[in-house]
Amino acid sequence: MAKDEFREFKLVGTRPDRPDGLDKVTGRARYGADISAPGMLWGAVVRSPHAHARIVSIDPSKALALDGVKAVVTRADFPEGLTGEDWNLQENTIAGERALYDGHAVAAVAATSKLLAEEAARLIAVEYEVLPHVIDVDDAIKPDAPVIRAGAADASVPEGMPPNVVRYMDFGRGDVEAGFAEADLVMERSYKTEATHQGYIEPHACLGQLGADGKGEMWVCTQGQWYIRKMCTAVLGLDASQLRVTPSEIGGGFGGKTTIFMEPLSLALSRKAGGKPVKIVMSRSEVLRATGPTASASMDVKIGLKKDGTITAARAEFRMQGGAFPGAPVDMALYCCFAPYNLTNVAHVGYDVLANRPKCAAYRAPGSPMGAFAVESLLDEMCRALKIDPLQMRLKNAVKEGDKSSYGPRFGSIGLIETLEATQAHPNLSIKLGPNQGRGIAAGYWFNHNGETSVSLAISEDGTAQVSVGTPDIGGSRASIALMTAETLGIGYEDVRVNVVETGALGVNEPTHGSRATFASGKAAVIAAGHAIKEMCRRAATEWGIEPEAVEWVNGAAQPAGPNAGKHPPMTIAEIAGKMGQTGGPISGHHESVPEGVGASFGCHVVDVEVDPETGRTTILRYLVVQDAGRAIHPAYVEGQYQGGAAQGIGWALNEAYIYDDKGRLANPVFLDYRIPVASDLPMIDTVIVEVPNPGHPYGVRGVGETGITPPLPAIANAIEDAVGVRMAHLPMSPATVLAALKARG
Amino acid sequence: MRYHTPSTFRDAAQIAAGASGVTRFLAGGTDVLVQLRAGAVIPDDLIDLKKIAGVYDIARTGDGGWRIGIAVPGIALGAHEALRAEWPGVVEGMELVGSTQVQGRATLTGNLCNGSPAADSVPGLVAAGASVEVTGPDGQRTVAVQDIPSGPGKTSLKPGELISAILLPARGDHAGDAYLRFIPRSEMDIAVVGCAVSLRLDGDTVTEARVALGAVAPVVKLVPAAAQAIVGTALDDAALDKLAAAASAACAPIDDKRGTIAFRTEVAGVLAKRAAKIAYSRAKGDRA
Repeated sequence: MAKDEFREFKLVGTRPDRPDGLDKVTGRARYGADISAPGMLWGAVVRSPHAHARIVSIDPSKALALDGVKAVVTRADFPEGLTGEDWNLQENTIAGERALYDGHAVAAVAATSKLLAEEAARLIAVEYEVLPHVIDVDDAIKPDAPVIRAGAADASVPEGMPPNVVRYMDFGRGDVEAGFAEADLVMERSYKTEATHQGYIEPHACLGQLGADGKGEMWVCTQGQWYIRKMCTAVLGLDASQLRVTPSEIGGGFGGKTTIFMEPLSLALSRKAGGKPVKIVMSRSEVLRATGPTASASMDVKIGLKKDGTITAARAEFRMQGGAFPGAPVDMALYCCFAPYNLTNVAHVGYDVLANRPKCAAYRAPGSPMGAFAVESLLDEMCRALKIDPLQMRLKNAVKEGDKSSYGPRFGSIGLIETLEATQAHPNLSIKLGPNQGRGIAAGYWFNHNGETSVSLAISEDGTAQVSVGTPDIGGSRASIALMTAETLGIGYEDVRVNVVETGALGVNEPTHGSRATFASGKAAVIAAGHAIKEMCRRAATEWGIEPEAVEWVNGAAQPAGPNAGKHPPMTIAEIAGKMGQTGGPISGHHESVPEGVGASFGCHVVDVEVDPETGRTTILRYLVVQDAGRAIHPAYVEGQYQGGAAQGIGWALNEAYIYDDKGRLANPVFLDYRIPVASDLPMIDTVIVEVPNPGHPYGVRGVGETGITPPLPAIANAIEDAVGVRMAHLPMSPATVLAALKARG
Repeated sequence: MRYHTPSTFRDAAQIAAGASGVTRFLAGGTDVLVQLRAGAVIPDDLIDLKKIAGVYDIARTGDGGWRIGIAVPGIALGAHEALRAEWPGVVEGMELVGSTQVQGRATLTGNLCNGSPAADSVPGLVAAGASVEVTGPDGQRTVAVQDIPSGPGKTSLKPGELISAILLPARGDHAGDAYLRFIPRSEMDIAVVGCAVSLRLDGDTVTEARVALGAVAPVVKLVPAAAQAIVGTALDDAALDKLAAAASAACAPIDDKRGTIAFRTEVAGVLAKRAAKIAYSRAKGDRA
């Protein structure tokens, strides 16, 4: 199935042991909470118990009276005058005049032990005046909803919109009304999805130190140490270069660790406590209440379809709340929702709405799963109505290289058709289903991303290589970058060590987000290795007394490029490295850029479910992920990404949701009641790696982390309809909602 | 916090009776320690019962029943073949509590005293007709399990009283029990509805039955009307429908983050039917 015009590789495409494996299984890996320092204090955060309240007063006197309590900070300890996203980050770090959601930080305290800090936090007296609140996006967009913040709307919002609308978008092409008129069937439906959390297993943790001189250090669990640096220094009014940020090993992020939460509090507490380092480790409840879940969405979709399966027109209107700050990924949802289809007439409208909830953060393909839920559900329903095979319909409308995407730009090399064809050929599709069992199919899309990237590679004296990257490894990037570097240098996988380094060691790197690490840091490492190879060829040429151009690099050694270059035995990387001190000094390679050539990734999922008609409970019988990886550098990691995306999507589809009580308090801030799937809920998830290499990357990488979470939501809804004939338009499709739908149908 | 390690239940009761602040008894600790770490309940007096002789024992009583020590963890209950053969429903209820790790600590007594209406081991005990030995500063008394919980998080035990053993009656012949719970996931969850059925047969006919429901009322409920629906029947479809209707009728649940009133009421009937079928089959001698 792969369009393989690439040569065979020695290492790329193999499955060596992961470099972090032994550390992780033996407990040697150091995560955020494992970092301690002499003289360290513990921080604890006072959080609002109200969804929306004016802060009347904060009295820390009882806390400060405790022996061992060293500092209390409130908003008064932070600079004034910030604007835009810097202000949003500061306001989210610690509330100013009002607490904007249940769990919003109001004050923080540092003490000599964790227990003492927690006791002190309970003793800080905060007086609130409770204000009206709003949680649901359809309530928040009403003209008379409680106003979260006047004046928060940006220039995109036309006059006269409801007060909580802070961004508005309206784009498309063609004539959708004319398109609908051409269709044999036009359907319009509304859908809702609830907020979900990334559910990473490692809670946020940091150790921050800040002196009166404005110089600071931070050790932190993050997807992006430069983002931590940029955001913390902005919130605290410091110079970026004066804060050095070292990332820990990371126990999951999925986008949720690309921003700041309690990190500036540890720095502010440290500064106030005379520069002693302050450690803050969130509890799971703090993670769920006060970090960055994804948005909730309310969506209307209208599609026109011909009997032959051609989509004649499509329109989407999405409303999303991303908490008490702008930033719900409604734009991304709209860009992705129709992306698999070649459309002439398409229209998109989006509203970003404020509500009394925590500030949303990125979550794996932000926005795309919600949009896919709406569009792929409606397409499935329409295929059923017209008795069209849903896979054939998708093949008929599938985008290919050169097509204009639904959101504007033309696609480069993409592999949707190959992905759909591989799906069609999979044996899972011919397995016969029993009573109350059903099969659902859906497609999904993610752009993938490049981002600012800086990588440094150095050849060691023994001919091994170290690569310094700025992208924390959350999905196998160290193994993949080591494979690509070793392949390029012609040395062994074990001869390359990839280190995720601190902010002092490289130029600015964006976080590991947008499925970019293996693409961008990998591409930069390959280019850096090329620089080192060029220098090693030059050293050999000097020794041989020939022109550098007459030397080529083959199998980890310099050799004369042809008979005219003279007869010299190959000079290995170890030989060149062993005497580099005498031949001109260290040999290294660097690359800094925003790497061009991002390749988008499409996927198609097929799920078989069984629904218990007496309880509404859905069991996943089998699950298939087919996705274009471009090139799978380390196929086991690629499969892991596919399976992980599917597992999170299954949780979102079936049981996960932020549940609020009538006072706007999060009712399920523990994993007992915030129900991510457990291992026994899932079958082994089947995967097919389609390889349509990305010509924009030296080894064809596209990025595989995110697309996999987009199809599960609609695929499962489609399977449930196939099984028991009810169409679920509101996630999660929990047993209670499915049983209610079955009862309503009678 | 004061930590006590009494060597008798009488001493434990006297420490508790003399305490004035927040008092907790510690056996497995899977509720007490979790609440302590979360800051939800920080006891002034923590009375560890694990130093008392016999608390880890499972012993046959003179009447052919069982006496189960208050610190016997779920994993030991599950490994006790004779107990499991006689009371599979009681054992499977306990085994549903928590994870493998939690099973190494969690106890029947703790699950009962935590007072949760959703406690997985309690419906099985109630259906079995189990009782508990209660020790107080002034002596001992025996109380039916269903009389221990008095509301969510509350028990009928008086200050200074504690449970010193769980007592299961003799199983007798041609009898079986079963416990089923409904959870949205497959494990590591809390019952949205739970149902235990214990019954005895004469030939194909049910001669005795007890049906208990969990998570559908402030306390685990014994439902005599549900039992009456199947006594005298061979558990035919009509009897099962009557059982389901009686179970649903006994529900007085709440709407909360875990389930709705309508869902709990409906599914209580579904589980009652399914549990009754399993108990019936076990009474017939099937060892499933």
